[in-house]
Amino acid sequence: MPEVNAYKPKIVAFCCNWCSYAGADLAGTNRLNYPADVKIIRVPCSCRVNPMFILRAFQRGADGVILCGCHPGDCHYTTGNYYARRRMTLLFSMLDYLGIEKERTRVEWVSAAEGAKFAATMNDFVSTVAALGENKRLEDLRCKE
Amino acid sequence: MQGMMIARAKELLQNGTVNRVLGWQTGEFVYDITPAVFETAEELDEKFVYNAFCGNNLSKYLVKETKKDGKILVFLKPCDTYSFNQLLTEHRFDREKVYAIGIPCDGKTSGEMVKSKGLSGITGIDEDGDNITVHTIYEDKTFNRDEILEERCRTCKSKKHVAYDELIGEDGEVLDSHRFDMVAKLEAMTPDERFAFWRSQLSKCIRCNACRNVCPACTCEKCVFDNPASGIAQKAAADSFEENMFHIIRAFHVAGRCTDCGECSRVCPQNIPLHLLNRKFIKDIDELYGDYQAGAEVGSRAPLVNYTAEDVEPSIVYHREGK
Repeated sequence: MPEVNAYKPKIVAFCCNWCSYAGADLAGTNRLNYPADVKIIRVPCSCRVNPMFILRAFQRGADGVILCGCHPGDCHYTTGNYYARRRMTLLFSMLDYLGIEKERTRVEWVSAAEGAKFAATMNDFVSTVAALGENKRLEDLRCKE
Repeated sequence: MQGMMIARAKELLQNGTVNRVLGWQTGEFVYDITPAVFETAEELDEKFVYNAFCGNNLSKYLVKETKKDGKILVFLKPCDTYSFNQLLTEHRFDREKVYAIGIPCDGKTSGEMVKSKGLSGITGIDEDGDNITVHTIYEDKTFNRDEILEERCRTCKSKKHVAYDELIGEDGEVLDSHRFDMVAKLEAMTPDERFAFWRSQLSKCIRCNACRNVCPACTCEKCVFDNPASGIAQKAAADSFEENMFHIIRAFHVAGRCTDCGECSRVCPQNIPLHLLNRKFIKDIDELYGDYQAGAEVGSRAPLVNYTAEDVEPSIVYHREGK
């Protein structure tokens, strides 16, 4: 029996409409388990995600943020995820530079056929973030309950 | 140098090439130099200055000045020419309406730097080659230029002008500046040390927005930080999150377009080393996507609006050495 009051991290997952969101759907229809702590936000493309979105998610209480998109080369809009890839690399590097735990952010490419990968990724990410504990370094006290 | 610049500016005013001159004049104090537009030869004689305190990058002022009638003369130090090119690349002003004169720069100092040497009551400043004499109401003190250079000038990236219509004086070379040493030092720290360092720096921020206002790369008509819906508009940062957010987003918005002119750190009233955030992006871009100097040439494609199919994955951040 798991502990009743065990710490549960809040995870925000930005999923692109064309691949990863469908991948999450497939995970669901295949009845694969992944933690309910993952809150999915559907975006039209991974490159829709502004660095501000990631920071905002942390502000509003997320303990980890993951961005999922089509595999490079498979973007519905041809090149969107290439731009997202550069942006997120630099943003994550900057967060690390400011001393914020780099394990709290991640980018993963999940196609519409990879329901199993989606579930495995989320399980892994949730356990990584759970091990880190609450997000203290990028929290906004005004947004705490 | 100042004499040659005034003489040339007068010539160009007189023969009608330009109808205004963008340069520097003394502000409230002798060490407090401010950008100014001159329209007549008399004004130039009376107010125009060029000395070791003229740190202001004049390129940004062209965005507004070129919207007026007639051509404007602008004096550009080597690092200003990079911003000049970058603004041209982004179509922020009309090149036809600018006459640019490149002027040499031996490195700049500032009132802050002089005061940090323990001087107060400054009444005048004389320059003779590399000797800078500061007169105060108590004493006169002579410094070697290198002693009181600003940090950005001690790690000067280039003495070469990358854009001009004519040059006064000699052109220099691109330098090996060691400007990433401090970034590398921070990267070698543990995350806890880095967090403590940035918290101690960024918590000083009073959100005066001076870094944004002076930045030649920040020329958006409508800034995200002025948007009331952004939640971080025009007010003092309320907690640590907002301080981090403001500085991450500010640096991110100029990533790939920042020419590393160092104006942000120069104007910061709290002396936050803001250029270290910008340089981190520049260093990352150089390491991950190949060397790129914003503004080195007109029309180059900034790294963040570009890509290759073989770019590294964001997971590289977890594996890089020295982290």
